[in-house]
Amino acid sequence: MPERTMIEIAGVTRSYGAFKALDDASLSIREGEFFSLLGPSGCGKTTLLRLIAGFDSPTSGSIAIDGQPMNGIPANRRPTNMVFQSYAIFPHLNVEQNVGYGLKRLRLDASEERRRVVEALAQVSLSGLGKRGATELSGGQRQRVALARALVMRPKVLLLDEPLSALDKKLREQMQVELRRLQQAVGITFILVTHDQYEALAMSDRIAVMFGGRIAQVAAPKEIYQRPVNRQVADFLGGMNFVQAEIVGEEAGQIVVDTKAFGRVRTDKPKLFQRNGGSATLGIRPERLRVLWDEARAKFEVAGTVVDRHYFGEITHLIVEIPGLEKPLSVTETNDFGADDIPVGTPIRLAYDPDALVAMGE
Amino acid sequence: MTAAAEGQATPRIRRAVQKSLLQSEQAQGWALISPTFLFALVLLVAPILVVIAHSFWTQDYLTIDRTFTLEQYRIALTEPIYRDLLLRSLYVSLLVSVFTVVLAYPIAYFISFHGGRRKGLWLFLITIPFWTSYLLRVMSWKVILGYNGVLNSGLMGLGVIDEPSTALLYNTTAVVITLTHAWAAFAILPIYVSLEKVDRTLIEAATDLGDGPLRRFLRITLPLSVPGIVSALLIVMIPTVGDFVTPRLVGGKDGVMIANAIQAQFGKASNWPLGAALSVTTMAVVTAMAAASVFIIRGAARLAR
Amino acid sequence: MTAMRKLLANWLPAYAFLYIAFLYLPVLLLPVFSVNASPIPKFPLTGVTLDWYAGLPQTPALLDAAWNSLVVGVAASLLSTLLGICAARAITRYRFPGRRAVSGLIMAPLVLPEIIVAISLLLVLLQLGLSLSLFTVVLGHVLICIPYSMTVLTSGFEGFDRSLEEASADLGESAFGTFRRVTLPMVAPAIVSSLLVSFTISLDEFVMAFFLTGTDPTLPVYVWGQLRFAAKLPGVLALGTLLLAASFLLLTLAEMLRRRAERRTKLTGGVLA
Repeated sequence: MPERTMIEIAGVTRSYGAFKALDDASLSIREGEFFSLLGPSGCGKTTLLRLIAGFDSPTSGSIAIDGQPMNGIPANRRPTNMVFQSYAIFPHLNVEQNVGYGLKRLRLDASEERRRVVEALAQVSLSGLGKRGATELSGGQRQRVALARALVMRPKVLLLDEPLSALDKKLREQMQVELRRLQQAVGITFILVTHDQYEALAMSDRIAVMFGGRIAQVAAPKEIYQRPVNRQVADFLGGMNFVQAEIVGEEAGQIVVDTKAFGRVRTDKPKLFQRNGGSATLGIRPERLRVLWDEARAKFEVAGTVVDRHYFGEITHLIVEIPGLEKPLSVTETNDFGADDIPVGTPIRLAYDPDALVAMGE
Repeated sequence: MTAAAEGQATPRIRRAVQKSLLQSEQAQGWALISPTFLFALVLLVAPILVVIAHSFWTQDYLTIDRTFTLEQYRIALTEPIYRDLLLRSLYVSLLVSVFTVVLAYPIAYFISFHGGRRKGLWLFLITIPFWTSYLLRVMSWKVILGYNGVLNSGLMGLGVIDEPSTALLYNTTAVVITLTHAWAAFAILPIYVSLEKVDRTLIEAATDLGDGPLRRFLRITLPLSVPGIVSALLIVMIPTVGDFVTPRLVGGKDGVMIANAIQAQFGKASNWPLGAALSVTTMAVVTAMAAASVFIIRGAARLAR
Repeated sequence: MTAMRKLLANWLPAYAFLYIAFLYLPVLLLPVFSVNASPIPKFPLTGVTLDWYAGLPQTPALLDAAWNSLVVGVAASLLSTLLGICAARAITRYRFPGRRAVSGLIMAPLVLPEIIVAISLLLVLLQLGLSLSLFTVVLGHVLICIPYSMTVLTSGFEGFDRSLEEASADLGESAFGTFRRVTLPMVAPAIVSSLLVSFTISLDEFVMAFFLTGTDPTLPVYVWGQLRFAAKLPGVLALGTLLLAASFLLLTLAEMLRRRAERRTKLTGGVLA
């Protein structure tokens, strides 16, 4: 895939009075990419999406789509189309009329228009429902109509504003797979706004994590999950054990730190790294710690005591107190070997990979 | 795809335009509402200001003397006939608004809590009579309450009374009955709306905490519906004070109200400044009475808790 | 406590039906006496006749008044709906400073004594040198119809999901095209409903018409004039019955349309629940 930039967001700020909904955001999104804007509600992700769509204008900064500056261009003249959170299905029109709504403007001949509507309905597996009234659709069907209505316009960028949040869990998971497949089939750049980290991780090529109007990190899902730039990002994407460490050396983009529990570790210097005196924060995901059974040995291990246990069906969370650590470690262990049967108070040893310990900004 | 082509054609727009785009929300809102606003300004606010101005002037036959004077207010407030009319009007409108609200409350409660799926139908049923001509409804009451009227002939037919009662028509009672009927819908709707807003789980919570039906009504439902009661009271009390059709048709001699006097000043008597002063006085006094009622109701509601 | 509840449950419906009877009694007596053979409205009825209705078309003054009412009603409902659309749209769609104050002012005629509104208007119109005519009646009627139009229209516009218009713009439609293809079809029932309601109000309105009318009376003003003559009462009752039927018909239609509009606009909101 050619690495061509589809959307260039440069220093975009959107303020409402003194409140900055979006604060100096810069981002480039590649052509054909499935890109997610992830963050808690009020983080500015929807603001950014609406700025791209043209429903709102930036207070400062610029947005370009496919090399064209978009400042001052209204939504109806932008090569973007949107799937709304509420789907915004026109209730007075049937499915076909909804899907063909934007085509009417293009003055295609009737057969071409018809062909594109049928094609779009097939893409979202709604063939045969064209005459169905908008009021007679289920939630999942509305979502598909909204998708078809946007795709039929063959936009350069498809914008999705929390499109799955109104669906129940099963349907949501099914739609995640379908959306991803659809995106790969049509090759259009998708920008998805979501507050669900699993959704973002499962679907995206890249993710921008946002907090308080600022973009905290932009990276591929695996990197975001494994190497979060700061505690906030780490926390938002799942459980993380934080360990305070002392910096003992620094060389060529790496630092060497010393922790009482894990010993000396060499790790990549985090992007937002600031020397906080001589100490740094390290993080390790709970599933990167493994319980060592019986006499099993590992190259790197820590010893502690189980102080609490939470059962989750296929997995168990163990809370393990380690001497010398201010907070107990959280450990996720599958239940195949009986982690759910470990009694509280049991002394236990945990194996870890030093590469799984990442340094991060506060 | 044409969207992109059109996008290219659009000339680049400068920062200044962008700024005006941000403010356009307000500007568009104002622009859109301004025709209606101007209409209300010219035909409501300006006229009321003119009336207030007139109330400080005097009239000599057909010419208006525009020297400032409080003479009209002196007449309006001290002449026994106007004073009595004003007091009676206030009394009637207070009575009517209290009756209307008290009678309307159970209906609003019934519809809101027991209306089930037919809520809409009930509300429609209640508003229908209100939409029919006011004049005709008043006339109908005249027919009902009259000497040879429905009520008298009905009561005589049943043997309750021997000869027609004259106590029914051409007095304050008739005015109060007619007005209570006329304003029913205006009282039911706001109360209904405020009852609909009462979160039903609050009532369940009160029950859970040991309150019986009566107690939870007095402690939860009633206090929470006070806004509705207040607006119902206001919406009935203020316009009622200025009614002149009802007193004229069913009020007789002792049912006459201040509006009849106002009407006379703009009609036969033709003394606009006095009519204006009477209008302003009436509005001021009824507003004061309404404010006092609201104050008392709110106070009572606070005590009830 | 259960006894109490039982009492409450039975007491309320009974009261409700009595209350409805009280509301409808005067309204339903009109048609009853309008077909009574005796010109004096009292029980027992003396026989059924349609004479009073037959007499109506033979009264030229009444026909003139009916025509006047029709003209005034059509004009007032069109104007008040037009002004109502502007205001309701502004209030439901835009946030701007003074929004509440302005809408309060527009709604004010609803809570002011009608006579005071009428005489104020009368004073100004006379000062401006306008002679009283059907036109001045229309102005007065528009003033008191707007609050009702606003209420009907606001409820029709309110549920309207803004993202529908955004979706239309997003699909390439211009502002005018969006209004024509999305907004208008969806709010059309509310608009028709507003037209019907304001027409009904204008048709039945008396106080404004009484003060502002010139030599051409509207129907209620004509009826007022007839009320002095006992002999004219049966004719008035017949006329009243016809007006009643007209109002009922128009309002039922308006209500049906309003509900349809509400169902339509509620749709998109419902999914999120």
